[in-house]
Amino acid sequence: MGRSLQTLGSPLAQPRRQLELLDEHTDASFQERLEVERLWPLNADTVDVLQLNVGRVCNQTCRHCHVDAGPDRREQMSHEVFEDCLDALERIPSIATVDITGGAPEMNPSFRWFVERCRSLGRHVMDRCNLTIIETKTHADLPEFLAGHQVEVVASLPHYRPLATDAQRGDGVFDKSLAALKKLNAVGYADDPALRLSLVTNPAGAFLPGDQAALEKEWKRELLRRYGIRFNSLFTITNMPIARFLDWLHDSDNLSDYMARLLGAFNPGAVSGVMCRSMLSVGYDGRLYDCDFNQMLELELSEGMPRHIRDLDADSVKQRAVRVHQHCFGCTAGLGSSCGGATV
Amino acid sequence: MSETYYKRDDLNRFPEIGKNAPDLAAKFFDWYGAVFQDGALSAREKSLIALAVAHAVQCPYCIDAYSRDALEKGSDADQMTEAVHVAAAIRGGASLVHGMQMRGHVEKLSM
Repeated sequence: MGRSLQTLGSPLAQPRRQLELLDEHTDASFQERLEVERLWPLNADTVDVLQLNVGRVCNQTCRHCHVDAGPDRREQMSHEVFEDCLDALERIPSIATVDITGGAPEMNPSFRWFVERCRSLGRHVMDRCNLTIIETKTHADLPEFLAGHQVEVVASLPHYRPLATDAQRGDGVFDKSLAALKKLNAVGYADDPALRLSLVTNPAGAFLPGDQAALEKEWKRELLRRYGIRFNSLFTITNMPIARFLDWLHDSDNLSDYMARLLGAFNPGAVSGVMCRSMLSVGYDGRLYDCDFNQMLELELSEGMPRHIRDLDADSVKQRAVRVHQHCFGCTAGLGSSCGGATV
Repeated sequence: MSETYYKRDDLNRFPEIGKNAPDLAAKFFDWYGAVFQDGALSAREKSLIALAVAHAVQCPYCIDAYSRDALEKGSDADQMTEAVHVAAAIRGGASLVHGMQMRGHVEKLSM
């Protein structure tokens, strides 16, 4: 089992050093690029989705993880902050979706209670699941729980073959992921229209994801043919040059080329669909960010915006100016990238 | 002149080939782009064919471009290695099957 950058004492465990390194290896500024395209300032449009990162604890130590999550991390959202989130949801009925991520969000002791409360408030709930958590003894009943509350499962699987999956996520992860997917299918996921199962693929290396629609077609065919597994949608997500993926890019001497690749693939048409324009991200301590990536880089909401979920009101953050840095080129490359996959 | 015949950056500068024959270059790049679109073969399958051919014609630019492209199209290293073996098998087989011409000559010339 690998260890987090934080445990290793790596300088790249510090967000400030990550931002410096991105500046050193990027030939253009994201803000200036938007200015050239007359797309600056980048303002949010609405807040449809509240994404909670409920902790850095995870049963895996994936090599590309922008959260630097792992079994050696201890940060977890407290019950009190979860209650602050529920209060915000009650105050702001226009937030239709609660998107729960981590680490492995299911490892947070308040996860199931919070899901139940969100569903009782009538909110759509998404669980960003690493799949292998379902194969642990303490979470073996997770498929039944998630199905029972009609939680949309967004599950990570880099490839329908083992090579890339195990290279990115650890030896044996592919087999466990297939076992977990079969259990999700067995309780109705992807067969019952109320139980959506989406898969997420990140490239296992310093390259961009392929065409989402084409890959989805192939994945559906191959996962069914090889393993009898069904799913609803495939999301292609570009790896963000943050935390462990940044560390790997730097160590493998790929960083400058990768940033040049993101810059070269900059697509002005992808800017309007970036996820920060329609979501708000909450850290384990309740602090607010434009997205999970900004959260990991400790780029809090812009000046004058509320700092904490308990201070969130319905209108103040809707039209806010989004904070950007060079990592944002990851969301605007090619066909775009967001938590819901390609944006173009 | 440069120290080496092959320069990595030449791949990125490939569009400059149109400087002295823009109409011909435009025709080539339009056709090239169309060839690799999804059709009866998927774009991923075409990328693997391109990777294999790149090895058969031993073009370092094409190997660079289609190693990345095949990964981005969703192929993995096992699949790409098998594609290169296909190219190698055809190249090797092409040499070997010409041995039948050699045998024909030998049979004709020998007692």
